[in-house]
Amino acid sequence: MATTVAGVHAVPKSESGLWSWITTVDHKRIGVLYGVTAFVFFLIGGFEALLIRIQLARPENTFVGPDLYNQLFTMHGTTMIFLAVMPLSASFFNFMIPLMIGARDVAFPRLNAFSYWVFVTGGIFLNLSFFLGGAPNVGWFAYSNLTSSQYSPGHGVDFWAVGLQILGIASLAAAFNFIVTIINLRAPGMKLMRMPPFVWMTLVTSFLIILAFPVITVALVFLLFDRFVGTHFFVPSGGADPLLWQHLFWLFGHPEVYILILPAMGIVSEVLPTFSRKPLFGYPVVVYSGIFIGFMGWGVWSHHMFSVGLGPLADSFFALTTMLIAIPTGVKIFNWLATLWGGKIELKTAMLFALGFIALFTMGGLSGFMHASPPADLQQTDTYFVVAHIHYVLFGGAIMGVFAGIYYWFPKMTGKFLNETLGKIHFWATMISMNLTFFPMHFVGLLGMPRRVYTYPPNMGFDTMNLLSTIGALLLGASVLVFVVNFVNSIRNGKPAGSDPWGGGSLEWAIPSPPPSYNFATIPTVRSLDPLWHKEGREAALAANQVRGPIHMPPSSYWPAVSALGVTLLLSGMVFGWFVGIPGLILMLLGLYSWAFEPVT
Amino acid sequence: MAARRHTLKRRLAAMGAALSLILLAGCTLHQFPQSSLHPQSNYAQWVQDLLEQLTFWVVVIFVAVQGLLIFAVLRFRSRPGAPEPKPIHGNTALEIAWTIAPAIILTLVAVPTVLTIYRTQSPPPVGSLKVKVVGHQWWWEFQYPELGFTTASEMIVPVGRPVAVDIESADVMHSFWFPAMGGKRDAIPSRTNHLWFTPDSLGDFPGQCAELCGISHANMRMRLSVVTPTQFEAWVSGQRGPPMEPDSTSPAGEGKQTFAQSACVACHTIQGISAGVVGPNLTHFGSRHTIAGAMYESNPSNLGKWLENPPARKPGTLMLNLGLSPQQISNLVAYLQSLK
Repeated sequence: MATTVAGVHAVPKSESGLWSWITTVDHKRIGVLYGVTAFVFFLIGGFEALLIRIQLARPENTFVGPDLYNQLFTMHGTTMIFLAVMPLSASFFNFMIPLMIGARDVAFPRLNAFSYWVFVTGGIFLNLSFFLGGAPNVGWFAYSNLTSSQYSPGHGVDFWAVGLQILGIASLAAAFNFIVTIINLRAPGMKLMRMPPFVWMTLVTSFLIILAFPVITVALVFLLFDRFVGTHFFVPSGGADPLLWQHLFWLFGHPEVYILILPAMGIVSEVLPTFSRKPLFGYPVVVYSGIFIGFMGWGVWSHHMFSVGLGPLADSFFALTTMLIAIPTGVKIFNWLATLWGGKIELKTAMLFALGFIALFTMGGLSGFMHASPPADLQQTDTYFVVAHIHYVLFGGAIMGVFAGIYYWFPKMTGKFLNETLGKIHFWATMISMNLTFFPMHFVGLLGMPRRVYTYPPNMGFDTMNLLSTIGALLLGASVLVFVVNFVNSIRNGKPAGSDPWGGGSLEWAIPSPPPSYNFATIPTVRSLDPLWHKEGREAALAANQVRGPIHMPPSSYWPAVSALGVTLLLSGMVFGWFVGIPGLILMLLGLYSWAFEPVT
Repeated sequence: MAARRHTLKRRLAAMGAALSLILLAGCTLHQFPQSSLHPQSNYAQWVQDLLEQLTFWVVVIFVAVQGLLIFAVLRFRSRPGAPEPKPIHGNTALEIAWTIAPAIILTLVAVPTVLTIYRTQSPPPVGSLKVKVVGHQWWWEFQYPELGFTTASEMIVPVGRPVAVDIESADVMHSFWFPAMGGKRDAIPSRTNHLWFTPDSLGDFPGQCAELCGISHANMRMRLSVVTPTQFEAWVSGQRGPPMEPDSTSPAGEGKQTFAQSACVACHTIQGISAGVVGPNLTHFGSRHTIAGAMYESNPSNLGKWLENPPARKPGTLMLNLGLSPQQISNLVAYLQSLK
């Protein structure tokens, strides 16, 4: 695969064409695949949200029926969490982590490709359910025993459970890959406490994934056994307690919330210092807070279950642990504010989104603080108040963070700038319409509107606020279109960006944009957290671009894609039947065997 | 010291109340009948008191953080010729301060939270009215075990007397929620949950299922009527008596025949006629104000449409379209409405 440059050095060149994308093991190209695919799913999930909002625009609307409505909100939640936000984060992990730690690729490049192909085929499988008898309609949390064969006889729940198992494989493989990459492939001199905050948050997130996904895997195995084999893990008539599902689900589900938000916190911790021209204030504390949040995320799951009646002792315990998490979260927010303080703030679009993150995430945190208190939560849970809360955290937090990351690293990924004017329009339209959509939901929830209702009567006083939310959602959709136009246009005609357009401090800014396939011709030595902001560090980092010898890069391979397709077909055979499962099994075994014995070049 | 603490507490309470008043300016229970912010029972009031304290701190923190954020961005915005900022890496004293400050606020909130948890989950007072609530897809059943009758969709209680509710489910998870009376509690198959409250004002209060329970979750409504003790006694004696016996030649009498001879009896109980338990008990159906899980007002027109084709009026309902003739329907309507 390696070609010879200038007769002396064997330096790999990049390739093009569809086949090269299918066979690529280059972390940057896989990052692009992740990003583009996840963004398509983000648009699908957003479209589902718009249908939901149109249905709720006025009382007793008949735009979509109750069954389709339940499918839409189930798939909206599932899609946004598993197919949009997580893989958008994975896109940044893939593209940026090796660049930020001074590596040429991830530790297991073919496993990385495998993760992507499992993710995309799993996502397609899950969405096929819309056309094959109906999508899952039991909520993204799929509480037992509504999911039992008796109460959900169709295939929707099967699609959901099998789909999540498939996506779990992708997440687990990726998380192991990034842990090994971050632990083992850091450039010389990059001690743990010299890692950029985004790398730290990726590490914490990856640990959360490998610990949390086995829990949901077990729960899903139980559920699938109940549905396919007739066991009674969650069936009350067989003596089961359906609360088992809730405990297992939230033991996974709460860490999952941090899996969604910590990467965005990492991005914001990169963007704020760069555009304040100041180092991150209290870097160690920001890192420790992130670790502490990840750790404490395991001790709060029952705050999703205050209404099930666990008793006053359990309610008090989980209220206190939940409130405890507010401390490291507050510390992070104050450290970000202190990073701005005394800085020289440049309001580029990336910075605007990072600031928007702080403003909106704080609001989500505060409403979360309100239902950390169980008596208050009992009035708020399962109402639109919580819908407002999760969207301030996940849209105002995770998605704003992702957009900050896109505007920040797009020049590194493509060598071109995104248009700043359109970017600012995008930002302000997002801020305004986001608040118009979700702020009234706090009130409509407190005034008694439950979640997951396809309709509401006209005499409840819910009409105006719902109409406002719907108008906001349509504007929010339009603001995403502004971004899409900007993105497509900038890829073609964007202003060229140099290697370090923002004056960033971390290693990725030392190499050309877009980076060569091998990233660093010579692995640099790192002496500080922000090497490019110090004279010696800068010289050392820039020296990384001098080719000094042959560079061995992993050869491309189609076996990861074949294995991934096999895995997905094998598991989807549970829904479709043996005639899909058996070929899947054969394909998977063939793929893994050939992968293992693929000759090294 | 005690006096000072007392004033501080009162001041805080006053501020909290002021804030929530601002929040609720112009909102009344009439405009928002299902509001959780207009407590009508001791339980709902305890929750409200706690919520006011929480809201106070939330507003304080919100103003502080957003204020600092906006100030920092305006004040430290890059200006031409401004010097490069000092590379400050941190400040231990400051960081300790903003770790301790939230911890103090959280303690101030945690104490009343735990007290309220224990207060709201204490055993119900002796002499409470016992009501057993059973969630069904998609309607609520109310049993009054000590009084010996069962009704559906409408719960009636006397003002000022504690009500101890046992909450169960006949099929999937539901959640029992009358916002005016306080927080919700899930109805879980295989478990019995408990809740108690003392309603302190007269009136009708809507409630509905708050846990996704299938296709007609949105249509699983209910109504609480808080009445005077005298009205309650009158209602109870009506419910305990046998159903009204219609004149056999009247339309209602014809309707009774239709009821007794059709599939109705498989699912519904009317005392002395049938013993079905799949659907709501209809013994005193005529005394209720709503039908189909409090989805529609009870009147001949709505009831007729309902009997004509239940699944078309309430998606997913277990009540079948029995293919009744218009004559049968009008007789049934007359009969059911006569069951005072």
